[in-house]
Amino acid sequence: MKSLYNYAFFDEGSKREIRRAILKSVCIPGYQTPFASREMPIARGWGTGGLQITLSLIGRADTLKVIDQGADESVNAVSIKKLVRSTTGVTTTDRTAEATLIQSRHRIPEAPLREDQVLVLQVPIPEPLRAIEPSELATKRLHAEADYTGAWLMLFEELQRYGAYTTGSDHPVLVGGRYVMAPSPIPRFDNPKMDHSRALILLGAGREKKIYAVPPFTRVASLAFGDRPFRVEGFEGKACRLCGATGVFLDELPQDGGALYQCNDTGYCLERLNAGTPHA
Amino acid sequence: MREPSPLLTVEHLSRRFGPGCSRCLGPEPDLRKNYCTRCGTVHALGDVSLDVRPNEVVGVVGESGSGKSTLMKCLYFDQPATSGAVYLSAVGEGRENVLEASDQRRRQIRNTVLGMVYQNPADGLKMDFSALANIAEKLIAAGGRSVGSMEARASELLEHVNLPLQRWKEAPRRFSGGMQQRVQIAKALSNRPPLLLLDEVTTGLDLSVQAKVLDLIRALKRELQVGMLLVSHDLGVIRMLADRTLVMLDGRVVEQGLTDQILEDPQHPYTQELVQSLL
Repeated sequence: MKSLYNYAFFDEGSKREIRRAILKSVCIPGYQTPFASREMPIARGWGTGGLQITLSLIGRADTLKVIDQGADESVNAVSIKKLVRSTTGVTTTDRTAEATLIQSRHRIPEAPLREDQVLVLQVPIPEPLRAIEPSELATKRLHAEADYTGAWLMLFEELQRYGAYTTGSDHPVLVGGRYVMAPSPIPRFDNPKMDHSRALILLGAGREKKIYAVPPFTRVASLAFGDRPFRVEGFEGKACRLCGATGVFLDELPQDGGALYQCNDTGYCLERLNAGTPHA
Repeated sequence: MREPSPLLTVEHLSRRFGPGCSRCLGPEPDLRKNYCTRCGTVHALGDVSLDVRPNEVVGVVGESGSGKSTLMKCLYFDQPATSGAVYLSAVGEGRENVLEASDQRRRQIRNTVLGMVYQNPADGLKMDFSALANIAEKLIAAGGRSVGSMEARASELLEHVNLPLQRWKEAPRRFSGGMQQRVQIAKALSNRPPLLLLDEVTTGLDLSVQAKVLDLIRALKRELQVGMLLVSHDLGVIRMLADRTLVMLDGRVVEQGLTDQILEDPQHPYTQELVQSLL
């Protein structure tokens, strides 16, 4: 394939610098490693952190899957796939099982991941304490001293106000018993999938210039008070209207006089439909 | 009767801003107020020594810029001290200079052994979090992970400082100054610290509210038997609360003794001036 760009868009030096940051992140699970976030042909805040990780890792033998809020066909996912394809020539797929590299925004796929897969998550705000402490110097110090009072306090205040944990996404997790980490804006539903994940999970924040990681088989615990256990979103009695799946994260589509539910993970839904799963 | 050993002992505490030079660090420093005319160093605290015993209120009085707040901030680890030693009876049996402790240990000491009430409530409270959560913050910092027991403790304290029940879940930003100060006091007390640091707690409050806050502090002293270090520029407050008093001027302690004694028979010219200006 002829391209005016170097393989995977970046020059080799840039890819090496990003890989070094990734290695450091893997060595210190949950620690936010600073890196020199590159200028990209897409705007910061549109997945540049994840994309830089993907581009620095992707080899000719890889198969790439990109999802945006669970969907393989959203504009952002399609654009990213196009960019990677045109600068590397690798194959892309919608099937989680076929992919070796999965870049995702807002979801971890429903199908369980394997040791030979890498999940790359796009992160807007990598600092779990940012909402309570605006200064980067101060939050670095808090991480160094393992003082996570702020993260707990935010949860306590939610309980005071609403009587339950109300983090719609990005519910903070403790990684390897040491660093509190923002799991990127995945729903609480996906938090437990990070615990002892077989796949390597890499998180990239392009605008904030940070990379961090959850190595395979690492303990990841969602923060919760002793007498108020962590719970994922429940979809009791609901099933996907298309493939009939239960126990998965469902989209709610409000209608006149009710709501429709369907799989948020479109790749998963499609696979079930193609496999001929009977309609529920 | 033998005197009880002190809760807090401060020895030769100094805090300077600037490098210092042979003239201002020598045996006979030549300073203009607390400022060295040769090297420009500000000696905010010069060689301050004091102690606070259990159930005792020690007052520190002095004009603006005399180093009172710097003293409090050094003791609460908000600012690093330049030299000196601070011992707390609750830490390492009173033999460990806490100024040399690691940041992590200092944070732990701050959250378990000390309670601080700042002059400006915004320094001590998270103004956008509920009053309950503000108190829980100190409990969480000290390792609390049970919502039920933290709520119970916070409620007990807010009741103690007379904060109306219907406002417990409101943010202090929407409180009056006196209420904010009372939330701060409740927060400072949350972990039952043996020592409270009170920095100008009534400054900026109107007289009737001042009286309520002072009453509360007096009641706390009687009921909880905590030691307090109380900073104020207001001799009236000192007279009402302090057993012993230190007078500070230009970063140094110029006079100390029993509060009555200092008010009745001031020795230092500055103290005389101060007492005379008391209406």
